[in-house]
Amino acid sequence: MSLRSPPLSAVHETADASFTDFGGWEMPVEFESIRAEHEAVRGEAGKFDVSHMGQITVSGPDAAALTQRLTTNDVTALDPGEAQYSAITDDAGVMLDDTVVYRLPAGAAEEFLFVPNAGHDGEMTERWLTERDERGLDATVTNRTEEYAMVAVQGPDAPALLAAETDGVTLSALSRFEVADGTVAGVDALLARTGYTGERGFEVLCPWDDAETVWNALACQPCGLGARDTLRLEMGFLLSGQEFHPVDEPRTPYEAGIGWTVKLDTEFVGRDTLEGIAAEGPAETLVGLELVDRGVPRHGYDVTTPDGDAIGHVTSGTMSPTLGTPIALAYVPTAHAEPGESVRVVVRGEPKKARIRSTPFLDR
Amino acid sequence: MSFDVPDDLRYLESHEWVRVAGDTAEVGITAFAQDELGDVVFVELPDEGTALTAGEDFGVVESIKAVSDVYAPVSGTVTAVNDRLRDEPELLNEDPFGDGWMLEVEVADEGELEGLLSPDAYRDQIA
Repeated sequence: MSLRSPPLSAVHETADASFTDFGGWEMPVEFESIRAEHEAVRGEAGKFDVSHMGQITVSGPDAAALTQRLTTNDVTALDPGEAQYSAITDDAGVMLDDTVVYRLPAGAAEEFLFVPNAGHDGEMTERWLTERDERGLDATVTNRTEEYAMVAVQGPDAPALLAAETDGVTLSALSRFEVADGTVAGVDALLARTGYTGERGFEVLCPWDDAETVWNALACQPCGLGARDTLRLEMGFLLSGQEFHPVDEPRTPYEAGIGWTVKLDTEFVGRDTLEGIAAEGPAETLVGLELVDRGVPRHGYDVTTPDGDAIGHVTSGTMSPTLGTPIALAYVPTAHAEPGESVRVVVRGEPKKARIRSTPFLDR
Repeated sequence: MSFDVPDDLRYLESHEWVRVAGDTAEVGITAFAQDELGDVVFVELPDEGTALTAGEDFGVVESIKAVSDVYAPVSGTVTAVNDRLRDEPELLNEDPFGDGWMLEVEVADEGELEGLLSPDAYRDQIA
């Protein structure tokens, strides 16, 4: 199967990016270097082409009811122009995806946009359509993934940088997880104060064919998926397919540390199972790890007690470019999840000392 | 992109270089290798006195995105280790043929050097 290409592919090629297959998309992984891109975002600003993220709109009289049924958070809490982080679970409470749900600001009719992860747009559109038809709901569900480009601009300088190109909305008035219509470099866009780096910044949705205009208007470091991964890991943010996967890493939101997105006073797929887990507490928990010994923790490495008893595994790990220390996320039994607890990460057969710690690894 | 391939070195297909001076040889990884790896964050090397066998791995270089074994171009005993790499692994990116050297080896069998790639052969490989 051929890979899907974002609208900025040619621009990235000209910029001499290296590419990788990510969720069926050929995406830039690195432009200059992961470290340089990471440092640009922490210190100044960086821009990311995240057009591989899914974009699905849900409109009509039952749009809220349908989205409420299929996501764990409470969409009725959203006013127009607000967004929320949420999980999409199956009947067993296992996370199929995580997503941001936006209640769009324009018009009188309720319209929602949700952003599933790369490669999940087809499956999620199907899920919404099936549920709609089974429940006889009146809603229009449209997969717009290849209609909208998405550009993230993140970093301490990002608000001023974007504001200089923006008309129709006062960006400084937007709070985190608020969204507004405006224009960027003359292009109609949806501007959301959201992001995946822990920095101040925005995600800009614009028509697919206008992506280059928006991208070129943002004068800052282009960043690839490599830096996006190290930045999100420093914040302890989940990556679909790593911290959860319905087959390879089946996890509930409670295990994955996002139990706060589960609103048990709403009715959604997986609610009853999750209610039971909420009462008992999850058997395993995603924790942060910081290596005390030298080494780099990687996906799949075993986590053991100091005595060598295997208790868990690393889901994501790296050498933190900001902290200069090796950090990781790992699942361990909840009884071992207390910050400060000493464990070992087995790096190429060698047990390396590590400590459980709370996330985020960076204060932001 | 073309990479520096110094004429006074010999090379392994797995992108290590060796600089022979008398009966000792300095060993490192090439400019091409460090570029492929990206930002190097960790280097694991053997202790002085360790016996190396040509073609077998002797250490590990880890970048932010990848882990890579490093292979011995020649057999012999490690006589010096570049300790700077412990705290400054980025030297492998910045100066792979100079300050980023990894080991010095007392060569056990000079005949093994004949089997290594010439600079031209290595240039062809990475072209």
